[in-house]
Amino acid sequence: MQVTRFPSRAQGLADRMSGFIAHLRMNGLRVGPKETGDALAALSAIDATDAVQARQALCVLLAGDAEDWRRFDALFDAYWFNAGKQRTGIAQTTHVRVQSAKPMIWQTQDQETKDTQSGIDQATTPDPGDGEAEGMGGKLIATRTANLSRRDLREVMDEEALKQAEAAALTLARAIRDRRSRRRKQSRRGSALDMRRIQRASLARGGEPMDLFRKARPPRPMRIVALCDVSGSMTVYSRVFLAFLKGLIGSGTEADTYLFHTRLMRVTDALRDHDTLRAAGRLSLMAEGFGGGTDISGSLESFLSGYGARALNGRTIVLILSDGYCSSDPQALGDVLARIRRKARRIVWLNPLKGWQDYQPIAAAMQAAEPYLDAHLPANTLEALAALEPQFRKL
Amino acid sequence: MTLSDVQNGLAAQGYVADDRLAMALHLAQELGRPLLLEGPAGVGKTEVAKAVAAWRDTRLIRLQCYEGLDASHAIYEWNYQRQLLAIRASEAQGGTSETQLFTDDYLLKRPLLEAISAEIPPVLLIDEIDRADEEFEAYLLEVLSDFQITIPELGTITARVRPIVILTANGTRDLSDALRRRCLYSFLDYPSQETELAILQARMPDVEATLAHQIVGVVQALRKEDLEKTPGIAEMLDWAAALSGLGVNDLAQSRDEVQVTLVCLLKTAADYNAAPSEVMDRLIGKVA
Repeated sequence: MQVTRFPSRAQGLADRMSGFIAHLRMNGLRVGPKETGDALAALSAIDATDAVQARQALCVLLAGDAEDWRRFDALFDAYWFNAGKQRTGIAQTTHVRVQSAKPMIWQTQDQETKDTQSGIDQATTPDPGDGEAEGMGGKLIATRTANLSRRDLREVMDEEALKQAEAAALTLARAIRDRRSRRRKQSRRGSALDMRRIQRASLARGGEPMDLFRKARPPRPMRIVALCDVSGSMTVYSRVFLAFLKGLIGSGTEADTYLFHTRLMRVTDALRDHDTLRAAGRLSLMAEGFGGGTDISGSLESFLSGYGARALNGRTIVLILSDGYCSSDPQALGDVLARIRRKARRIVWLNPLKGWQDYQPIAAAMQAAEPYLDAHLPANTLEALAALEPQFRKL
Repeated sequence: MTLSDVQNGLAAQGYVADDRLAMALHLAQELGRPLLLEGPAGVGKTEVAKAVAAWRDTRLIRLQCYEGLDASHAIYEWNYQRQLLAIRASEAQGGTSETQLFTDDYLLKRPLLEAISAEIPPVLLIDEIDRADEEFEAYLLEVLSDFQITIPELGTITARVRPIVILTANGTRDLSDALRRRCLYSFLDYPSQETELAILQARMPDVEATLAHQIVGVVQALRKEDLEKTPGIAEMLDWAAALSGLGVNDLAQSRDEVQVTLVCLLKTAADYNAAPSEVMDRLIGKVA
């Protein structure tokens, strides 16, 4: 996170507020110049010398979603109370530091915030020798870490792999896209004549079948919902899988994609970006914690309770790309899969480990999951992905 | 109007609002901006709108969103039948000009137009906006930022007074950034023990203090259990009503009643099985 320092040339509230907006923008909130004006207007509508009120008002105004809402307090403290600031000099006592760090108008805030404030300050022990603060209570990401993950993902998305995976995803999507209803419905062009309608229309012509109506089997496209594991154990394969997801999105089939490790995030829009590198950049911003632990059942649970209501229907194939190594309770995984099973048409688990010789699903989570899967298929290389097509035809 | 007015006003309607929500409502009125409320089901998102309407003593105009909701159901529609009748009737009298057909008389006002054209600022509740399609969300942008609606035949109708707009969302779909930027935002979570107790006492003052304490304690503990559908405030109030209706005074002494009234709290079979009487015994034992 950027070190906050009030420039000595700062001219009053407006200047500092635009600095605060810039600080929020740097930490991923979607705010701009318009919000600066709004923030000042909001402060004039309340008692701006009360830090509690100012905090609440700015939070309500500037937070855009639940994630921003949770992070706001830490970001607010970091800017206005210099809580994320790196101090290189001799450490003063907490009390003195807090007092001096506060802007003049909020020196007299009530005891309650003072307590939380010092609590936060203790949580942030500066890392000596490091140029940047590492964040507070795990809430703020250091810019350096963010840069690192972005660079990694750009390497992941190299052109050649992308093309191959895209081709594999295309054939796969095509295999399930071309679904037609068994029932025939009226249509302008069709192989069969619609005798019933012809007869009905012939009444108007005195019983002569002059107007010919036709019927055909309308398409009933399948949808794909892909959930890809990007935890530490999957790092080797994420190269293949991210490209594969991008291919799925570009295939023309209705597809929805999510990444998960310990949390779930929707990446459909980021992957839809035509500029591959920019897509990778957007992805990396989302994939904070990329390469950490896994909580498969928790992620699926949050998918089901949030997006699931809309994303799943009777024509949806759920693809889970994961190795099944997970820190949570295997029974929970079975339960959540059973619930997804009720809403979706098919669940397919693509497991990179399955491609290994003599693989047995001994991971407890995989054993709990097996009964609910329609297919458990290998996917460790691009070739393996390409070879999935005949399997998908059968689904 | 100040912040404490908002809090007192809502409290008078039996709605216990936390500080941030009160601030959000205060700013929504001061700045004339819509307010977007998110949070799990049953934490009182829709109730806020009702409470505000009752407090300001104004109309509540509600637009329930659903997949496939379109402009003719949300904004306005021409009354075709009446227009046809008017044409027929005037034909008999010797013709009419079509300008007379496109006037206020033949306009069917749907919730959004109704809210914009009202004389006294109403409360406009756009419920579960995430269920509506993205196209409709885009349509809302003009209404929410400028409080105006363009009708090709009549011109642009601008609001004389800005309605108080409250949008709610459950997170079934990501809302667009454009919509979020136009709104103030507030996330409502499940309330803390004290807040929930205050809500129960505000809503049902005749429930005894010990029973109220137990009810809230059990529901709070139940939320920590691994359930498919976590019980919200509405469920808690239902349960309290059921228990007090059955004449229960102490949860620990009327275990049978507790077990049969659990249907008020747990809404799926799996959840119901997840809370057998042993689990409930444990939860009640903790709070009693």
